[in-house]
Amino acid sequence: MSQRTLPLLIINLGGEMIYILDQRLRAQDENDDKTQRGRWTDADRKRVMNDIVGTMFNKAFLEELLRPQDLYSHRALRTVLTRIAHASIMRLNLASMDKLYDLMTMAFKYQIALCPRPQDLLLITFNHMDTIKELVKDNPSLVNQINEAQRQLIEVYTPISDGEFQLIRHTLLVLFQDMQIRVSIFLKENIQNPNGHFVLQTSGPVPYGFEVPGLIRWFNAKGREVRRTRFPSGGSYVSAVRQGSFDLSGDRVTLLGTNMYSTPSPEEMDPSTTSKSQRKAKQADTMPNPLAKEELNLLAKLMGGMEVQKLSNVDAAFKVNLLALDQEEEGIGISEGTEHQSSRVINIQATQDQLASTELARIAGEFDEGGIPTEGLGNKGDDLLAMMDEL
Amino acid sequence: MAKMYHKEKSIQLKSSASALYNNLSVLRIAPRCLTYFTVVHANVVNMVSASWDGLNYSHRQLQSKEGNVATSSSLIMQAAWCVLPSRDLLVLTSQKGIQMYESDGSIMVYWHALDTPETPTAKAVFARGIAAVREKYICVGVSSGSVLVFDVPSKGSNITLSEVLEEHKEAITDMASECSGNLECIADLVSADDSGLLCVWKSGEDFQLLNKIPGFDTSCSSVKLWKGTVIAGYGTGQIRLYEGVTGILHAEVNAHARWIYSLDIAPFTGLLISAAEDSWVRVWHLSLTPETNSVEIEHMYNECVTDTQICGAKFCDGDGYAFAVTGYDLSEIIRYTQA
Repeated sequence: MSQRTLPLLIINLGGEMIYILDQRLRAQDENDDKTQRGRWTDADRKRVMNDIVGTMFNKAFLEELLRPQDLYSHRALRTVLTRIAHASIMRLNLASMDKLYDLMTMAFKYQIALCPRPQDLLLITFNHMDTIKELVKDNPSLVNQINEAQRQLIEVYTPISDGEFQLIRHTLLVLFQDMQIRVSIFLKENIQNPNGHFVLQTSGPVPYGFEVPGLIRWFNAKGREVRRTRFPSGGSYVSAVRQGSFDLSGDRVTLLGTNMYSTPSPEEMDPSTTSKSQRKAKQADTMPNPLAKEELNLLAKLMGGMEVQKLSNVDAAFKVNLLALDQEEEGIGISEGTEHQSSRVINIQATQDQLASTELARIAGEFDEGGIPTEGLGNKGDDLLAMMDEL
Repeated sequence: MAKMYHKEKSIQLKSSASALYNNLSVLRIAPRCLTYFTVVHANVVNMVSASWDGLNYSHRQLQSKEGNVATSSSLIMQAAWCVLPSRDLLVLTSQKGIQMYESDGSIMVYWHALDTPETPTAKAVFARGIAAVREKYICVGVSSGSVLVFDVPSKGSNITLSEVLEEHKEAITDMASECSGNLECIADLVSADDSGLLCVWKSGEDFQLLNKIPGFDTSCSSVKLWKGTVIAGYGTGQIRLYEGVTGILHAEVNAHARWIYSLDIAPFTGLLISAAEDSWVRVWHLSLTPETNSVEIEHMYNECVTDTQICGAKFCDGDGYAFAVTGYDLSEIIRYTQA
């Protein structure tokens, strides 16, 4: 359907991913066990965030995203996001990446579904970008990079009509169709039902530019209103609030796309609400579809050329457990549920430099050029441009 | 006050409904005491045939053509039955083209490929908007704004493209033909697009444009034509009633709090059904006074389909005695009957 869906998809999903990873890394820092072999300090967290954000908003990468094209399959999408997540010293094993992906996609699905008007998808995207800018605010060049990306999005998406935006939204909804994973934080906040469907309110403000249901007006041949009657609308709707800003910065008005993990509630902090359980790793597909392979090849070319700065005092063999299985679970934002089909919840494990032996790892390995890149960014930039010319 | 409609047993679907405008089509086959339903799921159309005694259901799935080629997918935008005097055809519109089947979906009788560019352009290419007009035309809209007019023989597959109407500049969203059965009506077809523009046509060897009713820069997602009155549902949740030939606005209803996805008319009684993403299905009554040329619209009934973004709502019969509803991610057709 729409050929302009990919940038919004990657930035919003990437944004959710960044929120979750940031929150988990902060939790690790706060609840640190000094006897652990590795420690994630606040400096480490900032570095990981900077690296991930830098990769996501890489100029060449964004240009590729903005090219009109069909939407990626889940498989290709997952690979792109995994590569972004692995842009730094942090590694996620397959089980963790599975769960991270589920959580990210359900969060974005919720935002798309509840988006009041189709063009508000752009406001949701800007909410993600605003929050990401805040996370990396100590890095002015990165903030500039994000601003530049935002300018490009404004240029591409502002002229699009509401009908075309709805097409983008419908295309995204096809991608997320039938995903009904229950997410603990959604169930708690009453945004999701036990059957996995989202809760839709029949109350509150109508979208900007809409009228509150309940009025019928009649007009004469000259166009003058001659009569009006009311009917019961059944819901309790009120007038629209102001419109969100579509500028580089401003009040977006909607909360969709803001960081819902940033403040833990008291119940979630209580370890007694959690329980340990084993999680089975998802089976990775063994047969990639031809389309995905094409996308991956192209992305491998683009991303393999990206420079990843590594501090020279980091021991490559240094193993770090972000959330070891034998530690007591924290329940911040993401709590454990029972081993039950109907309430799968998310528990994220992250280790440094620990790659599971799966196809995913092989692909990630393809991207890693091994060792610390010594060439300056200028040379890499030339290579990238040359590649783009060949396309 | 007693409820006008009550909920019946749902019909299960093989897969869930996609978020698309007008995503439900109903064909009533009285001689066989059957009703057919179609619901689009991505690149597949789910067909269910339901016997009136509620005992027998049979399912069939139709795929979009050229959707399995490695280079791209072909998502279906709409599926609808076209009822002509001599035959009924099931029409599927997708990113690649237009497929026409015998009404039970058993045989594909016609395929029309859209011109798709080799490299993807920023503007999407697809067909959407389906209407059967008078005795022998099937009209289909395209994302470029064109309306394709197909000439359909009384039997066989010798369907030909007879005309291309170029009035719309934005993607066609929906089309409707005059459904009252009144042959005196001048206007035969109305087409709607993403800018809200409505074009009113008279059919024939050459279709004639009777009127162009401008939009308000809001997509008109669903449209109906009954006794010369155009009933249009918009992305802003409003419904407008226009006199087709003159373009005079009769009435405007602030009907829904979200985008309207589906409108339908029960031609014998003038009942109108509207459904939107706000989870509400509303039933209205339309009446026309020919002497004063005025239209009356009266609100009759509300039904909230909890936590559902409705994408299709259609009456199951010409009186509006029963209606059916589909929703995004729902794998069932929910039915309601008058109490």
